[in-house]
Amino acid sequence: MNRIDAAFKACRRDRRKALVAFLTAGDPDLDATAEIVPALAAAGADIIELGVPFSDPMADGPTIQESSQRALATGTTLDGILDCVRRLRRQTQVPVVLFSYYNVIFRHGLDRLTAEAAAAGVDGLLLVDVPLEELDEVRPSCRQAGLPLIRLVAPTTPPERIERICRDAEGFVYCITVTGVTGARAALPADLEAELARARAASPVPVVAGFGIASPEMARTVAAHADGVVVGSALVKCLAGPGGRAERIAAGAAFIASLAEALRPTGGNA
Amino acid sequence: MTPTGHYGIYGGQYVAETLMPALQELTAVFEASRTDPAFLAEFHGLLRDYVGRESPLYLARRLTEHCGGARVYLKREDLNHTGAHKINNTLGQGLLARRMQKPRLIAETGAGMHGVATATVAALLGLRCEVFMGCEDIERQAPNVQRMQALGATVTPVSSGTATLKDAMNEALRNWVATVRDTFYVIGTVAGPHPYPAMVRFFQAVIGEEARRQILEKEGRLPDAVIACVGGGSNAMGLFAGFIDDPAVGLIGVEAGGYGLATGKHAASICAGSVGILHGNKTYLLQDDQGQIRNTHSVSAGLDYPGVGPEHAYLHDCGRATYCTIDDREAIAAFDLLCRTEGIIPALESAHALAEAIRRAPTMRPDQILVVNLSGRGDKDMDNVTKARAALAGKQGAA
Repeated sequence: MNRIDAAFKACRRDRRKALVAFLTAGDPDLDATAEIVPALAAAGADIIELGVPFSDPMADGPTIQESSQRALATGTTLDGILDCVRRLRRQTQVPVVLFSYYNVIFRHGLDRLTAEAAAAGVDGLLLVDVPLEELDEVRPSCRQAGLPLIRLVAPTTPPERIERICRDAEGFVYCITVTGVTGARAALPADLEAELARARAASPVPVVAGFGIASPEMARTVAAHADGVVVGSALVKCLAGPGGRAERIAAGAAFIASLAEALRPTGGNA
Repeated sequence: MTPTGHYGIYGGQYVAETLMPALQELTAVFEASRTDPAFLAEFHGLLRDYVGRESPLYLARRLTEHCGGARVYLKREDLNHTGAHKINNTLGQGLLARRMQKPRLIAETGAGMHGVATATVAALLGLRCEVFMGCEDIERQAPNVQRMQALGATVTPVSSGTATLKDAMNEALRNWVATVRDTFYVIGTVAGPHPYPAMVRFFQAVIGEEARRQILEKEGRLPDAVIACVGGGSNAMGLFAGFIDDPAVGLIGVEAGGYGLATGKHAASICAGSVGILHGNKTYLLQDDQGQIRNTHSVSAGLDYPGVGPEHAYLHDCGRATYCTIDDREAIAAFDLLCRTEGIIPALESAHALAEAIRRAPTMRPDQILVVNLSGRGDKDMDNVTKARAALAGKQGAA
């Protein structure tokens, strides 16, 4: 069984919802990423999404834009990120999904990247700007490498299209919770439940919800209707907070621990 | 082009899932409208009565004499309402927005001409309008900012990235992702996700259709070549559209050479770029070996963009069109020459196309014909020309 499936199986066994943690690889540098990922896994992150920094992150709000700029400023490259994953695999078996804009992958070479990523210990690939219509271009390389291609569903996706996106999904389905770019929000839309229900009904794999989730309370509310939640910008903010490297990692881990706690069966009663 | 918006390997719809349903709705409405007599009658009626079309095709006699070779005709898009070709497209997209009952327009702008044209159409049709513009461009195109504001648009400064056109487009796309239910994104060039490249070409094709008819009236034959500047490439695609099925007519696109290709400070995506994916389409881009988009430079803000429309990428690969570069210095020289010989102040963007005509005409016979798209007027550029002259003089002094 691959690491993603195993992670969701463990969650079901423990009767809890999965916690997916997004961070930008290389923010502020890849040595930090190699330290942060095991700390987040130990604090309760079930799956790690490693964001590949891009100069023009069109789907991202200010938090991840700035994070990407910091990562690029220290010379983060795709080769460096794959090296980092190889290092991580000596310490942790937490599933790692590469989360990228297509251009960086395309420039590296799709066949080359998927093969190298799978060999390095990457468990899935998510391309934020490759919708269903362009999926055939990337699917063969991912299949060849045995790398699940994670699909996205949005609040604007009509029901019939949710069905088409989800029916042969692999790894997990990522449901975008808000009509907008990434970034922490104060509240989530009311029609989210219906979107999640449709995706779960259509998908053979677990469905997680992300974009905008900023607190344990929000995580718990959303998790009631999904198999897991993704936290991104709020974590990236924590990891870029005040103090030195050790304090920032501790703050990120503490935030993850609070979210993980909220996703346990008795979570949030305190 | 395929029904999915692919031109060979180029084009496509590389956007976040959130935007896909809106692009599909837009494609359907555009496809229905482009053959709808009522829609076309309103569009062409406004082009005539509001924009002031058709625009003249003018034989530049003194410029031709100066060059000493082929006859140079200018397609006078600078005489359109708002001073450039941009209004042809914003009018078309504005009418589509109204048809789709979207009460709000957003746009990106570099030189400000597309922003002004969008703000103009928003006022005309009673729609709200927000224009995203890089901080650097706001500074170098201040008069256009004031025009947009006078027309009732909100101009939102963009400070992310390089604070120029590509960043304005990023920000407009981010805003659209969040407002897609009530907002129509008016893209200003033949780039972006399908259906934009095909749709903008359709609305700009009036340039080439008129030019073809006009040159046949005046000369009784087709030109040897047509020449237009290429940033994203909408004025070029509009002109090319009229001649693309005439294999004897050369199609020449002129990219911004900036300080020269060797300096790396330019905006020549086709002549010096590589294939990649940006702003929803696959095309030629200026990028580094890691797929990060590079900073561009051109004296003309409207050409200062690291990508190019996918159909241009395709026309380059299949050889139907030829692309070359003109650097800042040559563009300014052409600007000066047209001012003095013809009493016409061209936009710096258009001066790139003009410079290529000035280079080619002397190598051609007097019975040969060049048509140059004078895509915009240069009033907005007076300040830039002065500054650019000083900058180039400084570079020469240092060299």
